[in-house]
Amino acid sequence: MTSRLRSHIPLPALGLFPGAVMMLGVFMLLTPFPSSAEYGDVVINKRAEQAGMRPVIFPHWFHRIRFRCRVCHTEVGFEIRAGSNNILMADIIEGRFCGKCHNNKIAWGPQNCQLCHSGLPGLESGVIGGPTTGGPSKW
Amino acid sequence: MNRISKLLLCPMLAALLAAPINSATAAETAKSKSSKSKPAPAAASAKAAPDAAPAASVPQYQYSTRPAAIAGGANPFNRLLKVAKIPHQAASNDEIHDPTNEGSMILQPPLEAYEGLPQTETGLGNGVNWVKALDDGNIKPRWERTDPSAEPMVMDMNIVRVPKSSMPDVVFPHRQHTLWLACSNCHPDIFIPRKGANQINMAAIILGQKCGVCHGKVSFPVSECKRCHSQPKQVAVNGGGPQ
Repeated sequence: MTSRLRSHIPLPALGLFPGAVMMLGVFMLLTPFPSSAEYGDVVINKRAEQAGMRPVIFPHWFHRIRFRCRVCHTEVGFEIRAGSNNILMADIIEGRFCGKCHNNKIAWGPQNCQLCHSGLPGLESGVIGGPTTGGPSKW
Repeated sequence: MNRISKLLLCPMLAALLAAPINSATAAETAKSKSSKSKPAPAAASAKAAPDAAPAASVPQYQYSTRPAAIAGGANPFNRLLKVAKIPHQAASNDEIHDPTNEGSMILQPPLEAYEGLPQTETGLGNGVNWVKALDDGNIKPRWERTDPSAEPMVMDMNIVRVPKSSMPDVVFPHRQHTLWLACSNCHPDIFIPRKGANQINMAAIILGQKCGVCHGKVSFPVSECKRCHSQPKQVAVNGGGPQ
């Protein structure tokens, strides 16, 4: 196993350090497996958990089947950059942000807490479920 | 090189290599499983996803980790370092939704929604060719929040960008973008609407700027190189050498 791996590692230097292979094993255990969340899912947890609710998970894929990007990112007023929208429940109930559609007229209303507040506790805010290429940064 | 610097190098190398090797071993274990049970490469992933039953009619994306003919043959190494995981899991099993939350079970599983939608060649991202789905009429997303009949103002203009590298030229189609977006979504914050005013490079895109504001997060990821780098380079007869 290790010999096969080692023979394909492009850095010949690795073979010189027997400790490196052991270190690799340790890192392999520590590296979390990639989540199988859907590409484009957004975790919104700026306030939810502090207020005692589960983090919100917004599925892009679900919404883009029904609305084009423009509707939310121009008409409703969501900034594209993750983290730049300060969404309060009060806003939603009064018909801003999500509440522009989630008002029991276009889509189900904000009384259905658990449909949005459905994330695992402790999730960090951000776009997850991607990138599939694994870039050098958190996209 | 002295001993201390060697010791320092070890964790650095390990950190660099941990992620790809992790995925490589995952793929290899999947392979060994499949070679034990059946020669068909689809067997392992089909077994691994017993809970994906409602989406049985939708063809599951198979990561092409090796050609089907060579089972455990001369080169079983996962050269492309594709990650062997099951994509498009339902909310009950996707590692971000809380399975103990009642609401999670009501949410629609992605594969159910993707049924009948055109798929991409690579299966990366959502695995759905959203533009084709829109063109073919598989989906009819609203252009205006309350008016289902509103139509977008489409601008059909291609912009060809010539990369400095040997990659094929990039053709940016305004049409596909204006089908989804308003002009103000990109202009002028992300792209200055003037010829030659935008410096774009892959590093910036991967870091989430320029095209990477959407591509890599919501729209197809940059690993689908050919969808942007789609026009063969115009090379002079002398191969671009001195005139």
